[in-house]
Order: sequence, then structure tokens, then C-alpha cells
Amino acid sequence: MISNKKRTDARSDILFPIIGFIALLLAISFMITLIIDILIDGFIKLKDPSFYTSYPSRFPEKAGILSGWVGTLLVMAGAVFWSLLIGIPAGIYLEEYATKRGIIGKIETIIELNINNLAAVPAIIYGLLALGIFIYRFKLGESILTAGLTLSILMLPVIVVNTREAIRRIPRDIREGAYAVGATKWDTVRDHILPYSLGGILTGLIIAASRAIGETAPLVTIGALTFIAFLPPSPFTSEFPFISLDKIWSVLMSPFTVLPIQIFNWVSRPQADFQINAAAAGFVLLLLTVLMNALAYYFRQKVRRKYIW
Amino acid sequence: MVIEALKGLFLGASQKVEDRTRAKEQSKGSFSSNTKLEVKDLNFYYHEFKALKGINLKIPTKKITALIGPSGCGKTTLLRCFNRMHDLYPGSRYEGSIIFHPDGINITEKNIDLLELRRKIGMVFQRPNPFPKSIFENVAYGLRVNGVKNKNLIKERVEWALQSAALWDEVKDRLDANAYSLSGGQQQRLCIARAIAIEPDIVLFDEPTSALDPISTAKIEELIINLKERLTIIIVTHNMQQAARVSDYTGFMYLGELVEFDKTHKIFTVPSQKLTEDYITGRFG
Amino acid sequence: MFGTLTFKRALDKIMLAVFFTAGFITIFITVGIVYVLLSDSIEFFKEVSIIEFLTEKEWTPVFATKKFGIWPLVAGTFLIAGIAVAVSIPLGLIIAIYLSEYASTRVKEIVKPTIEFLEAIPTVVYGYFTLLFVTPLLQKVVPELEAFNSLAPGIVLGFMILPYTASMAEDAMKGVPQRIREASYALGATKLRTAVTIVLPAAISGVVAGFILGASRAIGETMVVAIAAGMYPNLTIDPREPIQTMTGYIVQVALGDLPFGSIEYLSIFAVGLALFIIAFIFNSIALWLRTKIREAY
Repeated sequence: MISNKKRTDARSDILFPIIGFIALLLAISFMITLIIDILIDGFIKLKDPSFYTSYPSRFPEKAGILSGWVGTLLVMAGAVFWSLLIGIPAGIYLEEYATKRGIIGKIETIIELNINNLAAVPAIIYGLLALGIFIYRFKLGESILTAGLTLSILMLPVIVVNTREAIRRIPRDIREGAYAVGATKWDTVRDHILPYSLGGILTGLIIAASRAIGETAPLVTIGALTFIAFLPPSPFTSEFPFISLDKIWSVLMSPFTVLPIQIFNWVSRPQADFQINAAAAGFVLLLLTVLMNALAYYFRQKVRRKYIW
Repeated sequence: MVIEALKGLFLGASQKVEDRTRAKEQSKGSFSSNTKLEVKDLNFYYHEFKALKGINLKIPTKKITALIGPSGCGKTTLLRCFNRMHDLYPGSRYEGSIIFHPDGINITEKNIDLLELRRKIGMVFQRPNPFPKSIFENVAYGLRVNGVKNKNLIKERVEWALQSAALWDEVKDRLDANAYSLSGGQQQRLCIARAIAIEPDIVLFDEPTSALDPISTAKIEELIINLKERLTIIIVTHNMQQAARVSDYTGFMYLGELVEFDKTHKIFTVPSQKLTEDYITGRFG
Repeated sequence: MFGTLTFKRALDKIMLAVFFTAGFITIFITVGIVYVLLSDSIEFFKEVSIIEFLTEKEWTPVFATKKFGIWPLVAGTFLIAGIAVAVSIPLGLIIAIYLSEYASTRVKEIVKPTIEFLEAIPTVVYGYFTLLFVTPLLQKVVPELEAFNSLAPGIVLGFMILPYTASMAEDAMKGVPQRIREASYALGATKLRTAVTIVLPAAISGVVAGFILGASRAIGETMVVAIAAGMYPNLTIDPREPIQTMTGYIVQVALGDLPFGSIEYLSIFAVGLALFIIAFIFNSIALWLRTKIREAY
């Protein structure tokens, strides 16, 4: 019998969307509260220009994030460098070159499983890897070089996954079109695969970097210092060729701090004034993360519009 | 010339001299000047699956040969053996031989130089697959990967290829425009220009009009007929009328076997096999 | 007209080797992790018996009488992860069902990236928020809640892992073919009934895989617990007391200056090894569940 009277259980279809919406609201308001909280707590410092140009200090009102953001910049530059050198090529290999045949095929399977598993390894374990291998066994020191390497390892799984997805989106017709006129694998990769997937690969790189920029634990483990009242030496010289390899090396081997470490240190202090600094620096870090994610989102949309297969 | 081409086709060192001589002799034995490709006892496997079973076939020079048959009969599989497109994917295996005349090279040989082979045997695909680059770059691409550096020569060849593909007049003012701005039919003609720019001996067409409207289809068919003055053409089609319209020879395939191969008018009027007749008359497929 | 392609062929082989090398190098990361964890743990177990490590109930590496029983750290880790999961699963599941069965595409397009951003927020910022906002707030409601406790970090981690428990679960449910839903609607079932009795069971392995990955993430999370849970190895199930997790201990030791080969230095590798094994088990289960989905459709 069809009547216009709702069945009892049909009420759940009115009730549940409300519950679901409340749950959603709860999650989102949690995030908004967090953002507003650190914005309010750190507001005094955020609007003070000297906060961005001062070194850390024993006096909370004088302390700033100069060495923190310079360190973050340098360490991230290192991490991106290693990702370009290893992460992206590894992704290209797995997606475009791997044939899964013979002994090489077995190695390929191992590489793939290995990268999948790395994605689930807690970040702090990478810190132990860096401490045990880079610092104590390779003697690279508690340096910018070590930090960059460590973060690039953290970024690796994200970069490989995104690189592969970007490449997979290119239809096989395009590859066949290139091979059919006598292109080699490298011709095809250089002229087609790379240009058409570049947007997606860059998106992955930015997303990975936005995760790594906020990483604290592995850098604590390798002994990033919190009190750095100097910047790494400048690699530039006044004479030709204006840049010196020795000096680049001394930048790489320089001790450092990064924004998240600085925040961690300030949070752990008992004085409430330092917590203002922590909130302000936290907001700066959060802003960087938001900007990077927005950039990645923009890139992705742009690429999707550029190549519609 | 022939000898040079022969040398180019082989990777050389890995092939024993005796084998080479034998291959040459064998090919001479059955060589007739109007055969371009000679398929002998060809079996092809995808992993364990035997996709082609004992194919024997002679593709005549500068003629259009059509391969027809119901879907899954192996016609595209056979076509993709000629330029070894299967090699891009794991699990493909060839048995038997495909001799490329007049050079006498066996295409199914493991050590064959695929770059050289694919320069000599071009391909046009089922769906237009231009690169998302400019119209000019699409046609120039084959020249570039084959080591042509001279810019004027590239320009010349691109124009020639676009003219041969009956596309020049439509695109000459916008060679820098992206190939994706062209219509489907234009894109397919661009792909034909891309294939012929490097002057292959053979062009393989894999159902080239299946994604196109009737007017574009007619243009492509006319183009294919014009091309046979210069080239040997093999076309796979699911459209029997198309085979009847454009081809000189037709092979009918069924379940991985070549059931019948003959002059097109014979196949469509007096097929010798019952199976062919049933297919032609639309009793199945 | 055509050039000789000798160089091009050589280049093709070289590039293959270059790309392969890049892939191959990544194996050494795992090799390095396993090597460093094992070799330093073995050194550690030369000084502390593995029996003590696994049976002792106290963890007092900085006291005069050092005791190395890992259970307080494991208990702390699982207590916080347990609270996180207890918050995250109901919340995540409701959100997942809402998004997959009720929400419009527009809503989904905005909400999903937002939820996924929860994982992108630097954990040190979460740590700040937990210590200075969530704990003081909870102290107004929960009596005797100490300044360092496991409740607040647990709740915050619960939100932090929503990208796994809500977003991944939603992905899994979205993967259930529409025809299965339609069959249920055709029998007169409501949307909620369909979601709970048909879609959820069909997507269960993907949903559970998300839960497990979320739990694994909570177990491995470091900064929030290092900042807000305390540094007190405490074998307790009372969420109001300060505790220490495995990750928290590693941070505490690393903040000091570690002489290579000292017992403290070695102990963090032993703890790291235990953490690595736990994470590996969780990940393997999640991976196995996800392959099961692929078989299903």
C-alpha cells in the first residue's frame, strides 16, 4: 500500500544527514578553532616585523624566527634537490620503464614494495636512520645536508606515488604514437611523458614538501639545535664566479635550526611569553603549509584543464 | 642501397653470418618483385594465449590490403606484429617469420632494430592520437627522432607531408596551433601526415575511421587510396564496405586464423570458404 | 636525410641505467633502517637482556638504577592511540557515510580537501594546540586532569587521523558499484539502511584498512605526545595522568647530547625497532585488506 505517511525507518533518512552534518561541522570547527587559537595567541608577535628578522633570544620579547625560516628554506632546498635526483626518477622508472620481467622484474617488485612500506614508517624512525647512518656512520654531522637528506627520504613515498599517478594519466595511445615513428624510450620520456606529466609531478613535489616542512620529530632526533644566533655563511663571493664550492660545502655542513624545532623549543618553555612566540611561529608555519597546498591544488586544476585526454 | 638497408636493419654482431645468408637465400627463393611482406607460419602469443595461429600471407607492394573479421579475430594483433608494437608490453612472443622485401629481413627476429623497423613501417591508430603539441611539431616529430637536424629540410618535409595528407590548406596559417584544436577527422589526417613524413615503405592503418563521422571517413578513404602510389598499405577494418571500397586485396580472419586471402572483388563476390561467405553476408560477426 | 642514431641508442641505454639506479637506491633506505635498528639494538641487548626488556614493568633509563622494561612505553603508546581511534572511528564513519551516501558532489569537493588538510597541519602546531588549548578546556570538565595527560593528545590525534578514518573510508564506500545500492533501494530500503547493511559491509575491508592506517599513524605520531602527554613512563590506563610513549621517549633522549654507543643512545634504537615492528604489522594488515578489495570487484 502506498501512502504519503512516512515509514518509521524513513525518519532515519532525515535524521542521519543532520547527524552527519554535525559530525562534519565538528571536524571542520576543530580545525578552525586551532587556526584561530594560534592566530590570537601569536598576534602580537605576528605583526611585529622584528620577529621575522631576529635571532632566538633568552628574552622572549626579543626572540625571533630569522634563523628558523632561513634554516627551513635551506633544508627544504636540499630535500627538493634530492627528490629531483632520486624520488622523481624512481617514480618514472617504476611507471614507465619497469617491465616486471626476469631478475630485473624481481628487483622492480622489491623497489615497489619497499616504497609502499616506507610510506607507513613513522617519521621518527627516519630520524633514527639519519642519526645512526648519516651522523654516526657517515659523519655528515648535525648539518643542513643531513637534514635535507632525511626530509627527502620522508618525501620519497609521496613523490613516487604522485609521479606514477601523473604518468599513468597519459594514455598509451600517445606512447604508441611516439614509438610508431621510431622514438626510443628516452625520446618518449623526454618529449612526451615528462612534459605532459610535469604539472602532476610538481603537484606531488609541493604536497610532499608541504608535509616535510612541518616535520619536527626526525630533525629533533638528528639534533637540530634550537639556539642558533647566526646564519650559515653566504656561498657568494665578490669575485668571479661569484660563488665558491668551499663555501657551499660550509653551508651544507653548517648547524641549523628550522621553524618547527624553534616552535617545539618555545612550547616546552615554562614562561608564557615564549608561548606567544610559539603560536606566532606556528601560524607562520601553518600559513606556509596552506599556501603550498593551495599552490598544489591550483597546479592540479591547471594541468587537468591543459591535458584532457 | 639494398645492402646498406640490410645492414641497417640488423643489429649485426649478435646475428651469425650463416643465419644472415640463409635468411637472404630463403627470401630470394620465394621473392617476387611485387611482394612487400611475406608472413610465414606466424604464431603469436600473449602470455599463454595463442592469439595468431599459423598465418601465411603475402602483402603486395604498393597495394592496399585489408584485414577483416569479427572483433577478437586477431586482425589488429596481426597488424601490430608488422611494426612489433606488441613489444611495448610484457608477455608477447612471436613464432615463424615475417620477411620484409626487398631487404629480406625477418621482422620477428629478436635482435632486429626496432627503431629502423618502425621508421620503415609507420602506423595510424584507431583513435586519432596526436601529441598535445603544435601541428608542426606533430609532423616534425618523426623526423626529429630519426636524427634530422636541418631546419629547412624539416620545414620542407612537414609541408610535403601535410600536403600529402590533404591537410595543408586547412592548417598552413596556424601551424603553431595545438593539434587538439583540430577536429577529429583533421587530427586523424595529422596522424597520417606524421606517419608519412618520415617516408616509410609501409603504413599500417588500425581501423582509422572507427572514431570518425562519415564525411571525415570519406576524406580519409580517399587519402588512403591516393597514398598507394607511393606506399604499401595494410588496413584493418571492421567495416566491410570500407574494405570493399578501398582495398585491392582482402584477408578474412577468424579466431586467430587467416581463413581466406584474395583479391578484394573475389572475396566479396565469390569467396571460396563458407565461413567467409557467412561473414560477408552478415550471418555472424 | 636521416642521421645515424648511434648516439641516440647509447643515450637510451644510459638513461635506462640512470632511472634504474634511482629506483634501486631507494632499496637502501629500508636496508639502512633495518640495519641501523638491528645492529644498535643488538648492542643494546648485549647490556640489557631481552627478557628484561620484555618482562620488566618499569622504564627508568635516567635513574641511578636503570630499568629497561618497555611495557610502560608500549602502554602509553597504545593508550593514546586507543583514545584517538575511539574518537576517530565513530566520527570518521559518520562523516564517511554522510559524504558517500548523502552529500552532494559540490559539498564533497569542498569538504574532502579540507578534511585531508587535517593531516597536513604541522604536528608541532597540534602539540601547541593540545597543551595550551585542549587540555585547559578539558580541565574544566574532567576532574583531576593533569597538565600532561593522554586524554587531550588522544582526542587531538583522533581528529588528526580523520583523513584515514573518514576520507579513506569514504573512498572505499564510493567504490561500491551503484547497482548494488540500486538493488537495495528497489526493495524499499532507506538510504541509511542501505548504507549500513549493504554498502558498508561491501566496502568493509577498505574501511577497516583506513582505520588501521589511522591507528598506525597515531602510534607513530611524535610531537603531539612529546609536547602534551608528558615524559613520565607510567604503566597506567588512567587517561588523566602523564605518560610517555615510545616516540616521546626517543625525543626525550635525543634532546640531550648522545654519546655514540652509550646505553641511552642504544636504547632509542631498541625502542625504535619495537615501534618499527608494530608499524610494519599494522601496515601489512592494511595492505592485505586493500588487496582484498581489489579482488572483490
